[in-house]
Parts: sequence; C-alpha cells; structure tokens
Amino acid sequence: MATPIVEMTDISITFPGVKALDSVSFRMFPGEVHSLMGENGAGKSTLIKALTGVYGIDSGVITLAGETLSINSPAQAQAAGISTVYQEVNLLPNLSVAENIMLGREPRRFGTIDWKATRARAAELLTRLHLDIDPASQLSSHSLAVQQLVAIARATDIDAKVLILDEPTSSLDADEVAELFRVIRDLKEAGVAILFVSHFLDQVYEISDRLTVLRNGALVGEYLTADILRIELVHKMIGKELAVLDDLEARSRGTSAESSTEKQFLEATGLGRKGSVEPFDLRIAEGEVVGLAGLLGSGRTEVVRLLTGADHADTGEVRVGGARKRLRTPRAALRERIAYSSEDRKKEGIVEDLSVRDNIVLALQADRGWFRRIPKRRQDELVQSYIQALNIRPANPDALVGNLSGGNQQKVLLARWLAVAPRLLVLDEPTRGIDVGAKAEIQKLVSNLADEGMSVIFISAELEEVLRLSHRIAVMRDRRMVADLPNEDITVGQIMSLIASGADA
Amino acid sequence: MTATPVAPAFLERIGVSRFIPSSKFSSVIVTLVLLLVMFGVGASRYRNFASGQVILNLFVDNSFLIVLAVGMTFVILTGGIDLSVGSVVALSTMIAASLARDGWPPLVIIAIVLVAGSTIGLLSGLVIHYFQIQPFIVTLAAMFLARGLCYVISLTSISITDPFFTTMANTRIPIADRMSITPSVIIALVVVVIGFIVLHHTRTGRTVYAIGGGEHSAMLMGLPVPRTKVLVYVISGFCSAVAGVLFTFYTLSGYSLTAVGMELDAIAAVVIGGTLLTGGYGFVLGSLLGVLLLGIIQTIISFEGTLSSWWTKIVIGGLLLVFIVLQRVLTARRT
Amino acid sequence: MKTLDIWRTLTRSRLFWPIVTLIALAILNVAVAPNFFSIQVKDGHLFGSIIDILRNGAPTILVALGMTLVIATRGIDLSVGAVVAISGALACTIIADAPDGNNPATVLFAVAVSILFSLVLGSWNGLLVSVFGIQPIIATLILMTAGRGIAMLITEGQIITVSSAPYKVIGAGYWFGLPASIVIAAAMFVIAALLTRRTALGLLIESVGINPEASRLAGIRSRGIVWTVYIFSAVCAAIAGLMISSNVTAADANSAGLYIEMDAILAVVIGGTSLAGGRYSLTGSLIGAFVIQTLTTTVYTIGIAAEITLVFKALVVIAVCLLQSPVVQARMHRRKAAPPLPPVPSGTISTPVPATTAGAAS
Repeated sequence: MATPIVEMTDISITFPGVKALDSVSFRMFPGEVHSLMGENGAGKSTLIKALTGVYGIDSGVITLAGETLSINSPAQAQAAGISTVYQEVNLLPNLSVAENIMLGREPRRFGTIDWKATRARAAELLTRLHLDIDPASQLSSHSLAVQQLVAIARATDIDAKVLILDEPTSSLDADEVAELFRVIRDLKEAGVAILFVSHFLDQVYEISDRLTVLRNGALVGEYLTADILRIELVHKMIGKELAVLDDLEARSRGTSAESSTEKQFLEATGLGRKGSVEPFDLRIAEGEVVGLAGLLGSGRTEVVRLLTGADHADTGEVRVGGARKRLRTPRAALRERIAYSSEDRKKEGIVEDLSVRDNIVLALQADRGWFRRIPKRRQDELVQSYIQALNIRPANPDALVGNLSGGNQQKVLLARWLAVAPRLLVLDEPTRGIDVGAKAEIQKLVSNLADEGMSVIFISAELEEVLRLSHRIAVMRDRRMVADLPNEDITVGQIMSLIASGADA
Repeated sequence: MTATPVAPAFLERIGVSRFIPSSKFSSVIVTLVLLLVMFGVGASRYRNFASGQVILNLFVDNSFLIVLAVGMTFVILTGGIDLSVGSVVALSTMIAASLARDGWPPLVIIAIVLVAGSTIGLLSGLVIHYFQIQPFIVTLAAMFLARGLCYVISLTSISITDPFFTTMANTRIPIADRMSITPSVIIALVVVVIGFIVLHHTRTGRTVYAIGGGEHSAMLMGLPVPRTKVLVYVISGFCSAVAGVLFTFYTLSGYSLTAVGMELDAIAAVVIGGTLLTGGYGFVLGSLLGVLLLGIIQTIISFEGTLSSWWTKIVIGGLLLVFIVLQRVLTARRT
Repeated sequence: MKTLDIWRTLTRSRLFWPIVTLIALAILNVAVAPNFFSIQVKDGHLFGSIIDILRNGAPTILVALGMTLVIATRGIDLSVGAVVAISGALACTIIADAPDGNNPATVLFAVAVSILFSLVLGSWNGLLVSVFGIQPIIATLILMTAGRGIAMLITEGQIITVSSAPYKVIGAGYWFGLPASIVIAAAMFVIAALLTRRTALGLLIESVGINPEASRLAGIRSRGIVWTVYIFSAVCAAIAGLMISSNVTAADANSAGLYIEMDAILAVVIGGTSLAGGRYSLTGSLIGAFVIQTLTTTVYTIGIAAEITLVFKALVVIAVCLLQSPVVQARMHRRKAAPPLPPVPSGTISTPVPATTAGAAS
C-alpha cells in the first residue's frame, strides 16, 4: 500500500471545560478520497482545524509527506500544501469573485498585481467548475451556493497535496454536486489526497474510498468504504444510544395515529418574503408537532423567521386562533405566545456574558417592560424549576452562560422560551452540536410538550429526528415549500428524495 | 463599536434609494458631484472665486490634511481608527523645530521625524493586535502620549529659520499664467498616488481590504493578517510624520498646541470620501475629494466674509450628516 | 491554597486594577504631602486635598456616568464636550441678558433651559443611532463638530462672563458642608444606579450591548433603550457643563469641556466596562474618574514638571489598559486565552451575511 501523505497521530485538543479531541489518529493517502464521519460535536471540525493551523494541538504529531510539521497558522498550512474549503463560506463579500479566488496568490508583474492575468486565471477556474459568472462581479451579489463554489474554485487552484472539503455540498443542488464530484475525481487522478466531510450518506458512499468515524472526540475506527454497510456506519456514529431513540420513535408513531385535535392554532397563507422564501401555506393545530425538513439554505429557517416575526413578510397573511395578526417583530409574535429558538445559538440565542438566571428570564422580562421588574424571589423560583426540569448543568443560576457546554446552553434557551408559556414553540436545529444524551432529553421534552397541547415546529437536518418527533412533515427545497404530508409510514429515503427532486417527483 | 441593531428600514421606506445609483463608486461620485456643486455655488456668488488659483489653493492650504487622510484611509479600511494623527503632526513639528534650532541638517531632521512617527504607529499597531485592545483606546492613549511629548520638548512655540525649511515654505511652482503651487502639493499628490497603487495593485493593499471585509476569513485564507494590521498603523504614523513636515513648511514653527482636533478633520474627510468606518469599502481618491470638499467650504466661508468661523463647524457637521445617511442607504441596499 | 483562591477572586474582579492604581496614587501623594488625607472644617465647610479632587472631578464623573450607559449599549458619545460647551453658553447668555443676574429665579430658568436643550441634543443622537442605524462614533461626531459651532453661535464668539452668586453655587458653592458639585454628582450617581438596577433597564441595556440580535429575538425593543441612554448622556454632560462654567462664572465656547469625552471614555474603560459593550459598572466608572482626577492632582503634588504631566498621565492609563487587556488577564489567571480565532462549534449556521460589521475589536 502506498504511504500516507498525511499522518496525524494521537492528537488531543482541550478547550476550557471540554475535551474536543482525545488521542485521535488519522491518515490520508494520495489520490484517495477519505471521509470523516461523526455526529455534530464528534470532533470532525476540530480535527480539520488542527490540520489547517487554526487550532494548536495539545499533544500528538502531524506529519506531511513524512516530515513532522508544526502548523501554527492557516498561512503555514496553505504553504505546506493543505488547501481548505470550510463549511461556512469564508470569503470576503466586499471583494470581487476573481479576487476571492486568487487572494494572496495574485500573479504579479514588477511587484504589482497583474489584474489581467488574475482575472484570466479566475475565469479558467470558474469554467472548470462550469460556473458561469463574471469574475469581476462582487462576491456578495451571488447566492450562497455560488459563493460556496467560488470557495471550492479557490481551493482547487492551489497546488495542493491535500484538499479538505468540509460540508461542501450543503447548499448545492444535484447538478452542482455532480460537477463537484467530477472535479474531485480529476483531482484524485492527479494524486491529491482529499478529505471529504458530509452528513449526506449517499454522497459519502458515492465519492469516498475510505472512512474514519469519530464519536465524542475519540476515534471509533478507520474503514474502507467498500467494507462497511450503511447501517453499520450509522451505528458506529451514534453508538448504543440508538436504542433509547428507538423507543421514542415508537411512541411518536403511536400518537400520530390518533391525530391531534382539529383546532388550528396558526394558519399562514401565501406568506413570503422577496429574496428569502417563496409564498407558502402552513397550518398548525394545537398540540401538533410539524417537522420542517430540507437542506441547509433551502428556506427552512426563513419560513420560521416569518412565522415568528424575526423577519417580516412581503406577502400573505397569518391568522392566530382565527384572527388576523401582523407579526412584524419578534415582540409582536411573543405577544401571540409564539416563541422562536433560533438556529444560531451563539449569534441569536444566548447572551454570553449574562448569567443563566438572566438568560432564562430575559424574554419574560422584556415582555413586562423596563419598570416592572420580576421580583427576585419569583425569578429564583422560576429559574430553579427550569434548572431542575431540564437538568441544566452546572445547576448554578449565577454561572455565565458562555461557560456552559453547547447542550446546556440549548437547555437554557429552551427554558427562556418555555418561561413565556408559549402556545407555539419553534425549534430551529435545537439538537445541533450537542451530545447525544442531551439530544435525547430535548427530543423527549418536545414530545411531552406536544402531548400537553403546545404546538411545535421542529427543524433538523437529521431526518431521523424529524421523523421520530413529527405528526406532520413539511419539506423545503430551494426556498420553496414542496411538500406537506402527515407522518405516516414515511422513510428517511422518501424525504431525501423529496428534498433532492422536490415537487417534480 | 458597531452599528446598533435597528435596521434602516425607515430609509428604504421613504424611498431615498430610488434616486441613487448602486455601484461601488456611488459614495465617491456623490462627493465629486457635491464638490462641483459647491464650486458652482461659490463661483456664482463671489467675484474672483472662479479662478484656477482658488482651486489650487485648496491643495496648497490642505496638503498636510491630504496626506493625513491617505494614512487614515488605510487604517479605517481595516475597520480600525487612529486618533493619534493630530498629535503626531504636532510632535513632528516640535521635533523638527527644536532640532532645526540646534542646527541639525534638514534632511537628517526629516528622517528622524519620519522614524519617530512610524515608531509611534508601530507601537500602536503592536499593542492593538497582540494585546487585543480596541484601536480607539490604544490610539487615544498614543494621542495623549504624543501630545505629552510635545510639551516635554517645549511649552512655547519655536520658530524655524533653517534655510531649507524657509525655501520649501516660500517656493512657488508656477503652473500656468498667474497660477502656482507649492512643493508640498506635489509631495501630497505623490503620497496619494503611492497610496492608490499600494491599495489597488499590491497584495498588501488587497489584504487591507480583506481584513476590513472579514478578519477571520482573511486569516483562514492564509493572508498575513497580523503583519498587515500592524502595518496600517505604521503607515498612518508615517503619513502623520510626513504631514507634520508639510505643516512645518506651512507654518515655519513648532508649537505643541497645534493640530488639536486634526484627527477628526482627517476622519471626517475619509468618511465624506465614501470610506465606511466598519472597513472593507473605500478609496484614497475619495478621501482626497473629502479633503477638497472640506477645504472648499472653508474657502466659501472666508469669501462670504460676514459669516463667522463657527458656521464652518456647523456646515461640516451638516455635511457629515448628509454623507452618513447616504452611506447608510447605499450599504442597506448592498446587503 | 486559600489565600491563592482569595487572590484569584480579587484579581479577577474588574475593579481590582483601578482600585490598586488609586491606592498606589494615594500612597504616592501621602508620601510627598503628608496632609493629603487631612480634612478640615472651616465655616461649616469641608476642606482638603481629597475634597479638591472630588470637586474638580465632579464634571468628569458626571460625563463618565452617562458615557458608561452609552458604551454599555455598544455605542459611544463623542458629543459630550460640545454639549458641555452649549449648556454653559446657554446658561450664561440667559443670565447675562437678564435684568438681575443674582435673582435665583433667573438662574433656575437658565439651568432649566440648558437641561431641556440637552434633552433635544440627546434625542438627536438617539435618533441617528437607533432609528437611522448610523454608527454611534460617526453619529455623535456630527454633533461634536457642529455642536461647538452652535455653542459659539450662542456666545457670538465671545467669552461671556456673568456675575451671579446663585449661579456660582453650582460649581463652587457648598451644600451640607460639601462642595455642591460633589453633592450633585453623587445624586446623579444614585439616580443612575437606582434607575438601572432597581428596574429591568440595567439588564436590558446589558443584553442589548452583549448581543443585540439575540435581544431583539427575545422581544427587547432596543430602540427606546438606546434613545434613552443618549439622552441621559446629554443631560449628564449638560449638568457638567453648568458646573464648569459656574466655577468660573463664564462661558468659553471654544475650550469648555475640551477633551472631556476622552477623559470620560478613559474613566469608563479603566473602570472595567468594555468598549465593546455589555456588562457595565457605574462604580467602576466612578473609580476610573477618581483615578484620572487623582492622576492630575498627583502630578501637581509630587511636583512633576508641568511639561511631563500629560506623558505621565498617558503612561499610567496605558499601563492600566494593558493590565486589563484580555491577553494579560488570561495569562495572569493561567487560563488558555481565547485563540485568535475563537472556536466555532461544528455545525454553525453558514449563511454569510456580507460583513458590514467587520471590526478590529476582539
């Protein structure tokens, strides 16, 4: 067998309060596509960032082409021949497409940049990806999918030995994915070692030669793709917790048979916002759990942002309990007892430097206004009850929320929204990036809340979760709602094909 | 400091955006248009206004501010700010004047001044990046330090009688019939051209824009972010020193109480010239136009004669308002 | 082990270094002038170096109070110096034009007009920042530039002197044995503290400053809050302006309040409130203002040459800021300082919003 081009041996990285990687070993061979698998929070991103110089390692050795490397910065990694496309589009919106592709490597003439050559090279790379856009146009004028492809164009230009693609297909449609895979195969033939991370199992099986599975920061194993079945792979990724979640699934299937009451809590008709999501209809009954499925960027979040006042709609109307309401601000929605737990916990959810107590009572206090402060005793009671009910650790109301783990932060947020006694609770990716134990707790909570009459909209990229919990499932694709079906005998595969091919199926 | 959370939907709703073309250069074009308008106003109101010399005087009287604005543009493009520039100008004049008084050779004096300014910039940049303290505070402290050093050198004004300086102060370079400029103008324009070339035709310059567009992303793209971040402050310090030298040509003295508030003039010029304080968008040519616009307002007011000098401040405040609202509308549409 | 823990908790407090600096300066002063701490009573009034510090520092304290709340909302108010000048100019002009400058009613009227006008000025800033969404530094720069012009317009470029005993009380008089300015500053401090901590306003201000988007989604309407803090800042500046002009019973539109915004910002930063907004400490700003005022006095007491004053002040301020910087703090507590690129949890949102808020702030 050929010698590996990259060898990471016994890598450990610890952050305050959390051991992100525990003695993980990983290797890549030239001319091979190697997929890194694991649930959110398993350590995939951390491992990649160690290889690309974003994080320093606490212990372990990295060798590239046989030489031990100490990679301290992205610039160093790039110089060593490691090229990366990150999950978040890390490009510069204020610069042109050509610049973004060539930044830092622009061809020069007499010490200054040769713009003609730069644009020409950029155009070449764009053509290779069949991307028909003007290299001189500003990056921010293009959609997320196009920006992702520009990032890939940038990565493929560098004379790289190693190419890392972290969730590169999350915003791409089937044709674009095919294009990307063609490029990947070309690079394979050229001897580049490719690291591919994706939660789309089909794609992983299609393109990769080798798999490595991580779980909770530790290595589970390395396998050849041809040697491991899908179900075995999922099992290795999730571990024994599968049984716990199976039980939940059984419960949900049971309740969906006796469909929830006919009383509609919320009806949205023709609700849409230009540039955000096409007009859609959605009805939610009391006590109903509606799951919203779709790829990242398909409009799931945009839909709920309209329903919860986070964005305001251009067209359509919303009726709450039969009466027409204008949900133009989050405050207006909260007044209708519609609560929204946002997808991006960090940017839109927790207020880091405030305590657990302050974070929990925040929405409740905002509703009461400046001057009617919630009495301290009442605050303490409320906060204690939620800390216990949701098992928030550490159980200290004065702890700063920024210091809690992802799962506990999510629980604090849940407490905040539950404290306003909502009639509709919208959860956007509530289990993303948290450990499996907390995940199971939250899913159980959602189930219980629905049983007690609360309406829930549940968004998750993990279709198994959506299936487990929802009475009905709505599917989003390319900013349009393409399906809205009761959850009866639907499989993950069916949802995925709805997502992939939409209404034309 | 970032803009507060409320979206400028208000401006969109009142439909201002409809009248303004959307393009990268919109802000600068507006500045240019306003400059021409002001010139038109002046020409129509006063005799003698519509003369070439009046325009050239804009450059002559503001050459130091032009240089300051170029340096400030670099810093603001990265999303930072440099409050120390006025004090460094004053310090430069003090160093130059005191060394000249002691008989040092002029070229050596200028070299020392340039090194001093650059060093202050270097220290500011290093502290900002490596101690992770905000530019506002660090350059504020640098401002006090530089001003304090002025007082240490001398509390009273020192005149410069060195022949090199007096020559530079009094030379006029004829351009055409009855029109002339000073050497400072040429120096200032050279600085603008160099600034332009660096920003638009070198990797360092593009890195400056990149940092303004997203420091995190720039870092991930492998750009030399720390080096460039520190460099812009060195550039600003250097430009302040050059501006200080030009100022000595203008005033032929060193005075520790001079150039108070000049940094705000520089910032105003840069903002009016279309550069966003949040970084990533802006042009040195715009900053040049900004300085000229501020200059032409001064000129109009002095031509007016009866208007007291405080009207300048009020008008500049009003202008700033117009431009900022304009920028807000333009950026709102960009997102 | 226990002492180490106590040491750790103490040093971790944001107030630690400012207090230490204050104590160090006090010791320095006492070493040179042993009667530094002595307070005498004459004619029912208190006298002494400490009293002088308090009295001279009162305007800075006031402006720092208002500035603290503005900074807490991620803003900044550069216009306070101009407001100081305008309020002094207004009051003195009214008193000078009145038939009898010594009439308490006239003085009260002048004070009222000044403060009312500051409400207008503060609203202007609030409007620009909260409704138009203009960056605070540039929004307040407008009033800072135009405001001095307005002040000079009011005084018509002259320095207006008034002779009014009631007016002089504000800056130089005595109430309850203490200088009136100290009493006023203390009262404003208490009002600010009650207003923000007894109500939910403090929590909401901090939330808006720490995470404006999360606050919006939690139903907080930040517009009113932001507007209010700018108005409060303007009112504080107006009162400070009255003190300053009353002290010399004159209004100098050019130099009144020059650089007071810088002193105030420094006081706030020294006091531990971050310029990036969020958690704030009124007490911290109070101590910060004391540090700055004591610095000025110390320089005078220990006989540092006048030329070196500013450099000395600058160096002390730099030292305190460095000690409070995140890097030094982390090293002192042997915490792993946040890596230059803070860890992004895997699976975060990937919709890029064109970065209109890229900043060099950490």
